[in-house]
Amino acid sequence: MKETQWPLWEIFIQANPGIPHKHVGSLHAPDAEMALQNARDVYTRRKEGISIWAVESKNIVASAPEDVGSFFDPANDKVYRHPTFYKVPEGVKYL
Amino acid sequence: MQTEKDNKQAEFDFQAKIDKGDKIEPKDWMPERYRNQLVRMMSQHAHSEIVGMLPEGNWITRAPSLRRKAILLAKVQDEAGHGMYLYSAAETLGVDRTEMLKQLHTGKAKYSSIFNYPTLTWADIGAIGWLVDGAAIMNQTALAKGSYGPYSRAMVRICKEESFHNRQGYEIMCSLSFGTSEQKQMAQDAFNRWWWPAIMMLGPSDDNSPNSDELMRWKVKMESSDSIRRRFIDRTVPQAEFIGLTVPDPHMKFNKETGHYEHGPINWEEFFNVIKGNGPCNKERVKARNEADKNGRWVREAAEAYAEKHKKN
Ligand SMILES: [Fe+2]
Ligand SMILES: [Fe+2]
Repeated sequence: MKETQWPLWEIFIQANPGIPHKHVGSLHAPDAEMALQNARDVYTRRKEGISIWAVESKNIVASAPEDVGSFFDPANDKVYRHPTFYKVPEGVKYL
Repeated sequence: MQTEKDNKQAEFDFQAKIDKGDKIEPKDWMPERYRNQLVRMMSQHAHSEIVGMLPEGNWITRAPSLRRKAILLAKVQDEAGHGMYLYSAAETLGVDRTEMLKQLHTGKAKYSSIFNYPTLTWADIGAIGWLVDGAAIMNQTALAKGSYGPYSRAMVRICKEESFHNRQGYEIMCSLSFGTSEQKQMAQDAFNRWWWPAIMMLGPSDDNSPNSDELMRWKVKMESSDSIRRRFIDRTVPQAEFIGLTVPDPHMKFNKETGHYEHGPINWEEFFNVIKGNGPCNKERVKARNEADKNGRWVREAAEAYAEKHKKN
């Protein structure tokens, strides 16, 4: 059998109930099940998590840093999406 | 195609980002020299964690109690984890892990000089945790503030795990120092042998590192080696005195005016000689890694066969 490089997996960990999973790093594993087991051994030796997601790196679609300008442009001129844009008469409460 | 002018602009933006304190992420534009330097640092650092398991692994079966054995095992497992974090951080810049391992196994890759010294007695395990992990913490805390995102995040994670390494080492030294006279002698002997290599592992003197300015500007290097070394010495000498150990440096003295300790001359010739491959254990370490790779092969093959079988079902 020849040595092959196992697929790369991105690992996301939820530290506590109720909060989102967060990217912690990556690792190599021959399949999903072993990716999870490796992730447990590599990234949660001190109870850092209660849930792990493993996603094969090749399946991640990412925006390109050189495009950020035009890509996020639509939000730039829409200040009216923020509550601070609106004037509220003095003395009015709970708004 | 990128013109000369585009490149100048990109480099300017890159530096501005770093000056602002932003992190550089894997797909961001970066100068080639920045990329190469980081690949070199991260892979050397990863190799150091992996080779670093060997001197301590040597004592796992001979730890003096079950408590000490469990602790040492956990520490060595942490070092394996550190190696994994760092290889994966290096991979974000497009280097292949198989390639990095090949360089380690063929003896081409460099790793920290400190791991080429032997662990002769149990006290060496104490001295390593206390001094070697202690020095590594100083270095890594600085690196955690570095500009490359994946490296800096790996450092933050590693630093969190290191303080137990440091403390368990000092605890061993305490027990021995306050034990029988033979035990105290053993602690002093380990201290004598590890002190200078620990001082040296923080890297050559500042006037001996030609690229320092650029690396500092790029926040690849965060603090000069001499400055980290000074802090290490200032913190460690009182710890030694507290448990009655003598620093093996007849010139060591406290300067009341500066508030710092001053050490005697460092034998850099020894340091460069060990780096070149002539330390007491260089050959043994590379051989041990090659054997581990060879002996672990059936496990990797079994994992692949298992994955293959489950794919079909
Ligand atoms: Fe480590
Ligand atoms: Fe450590």
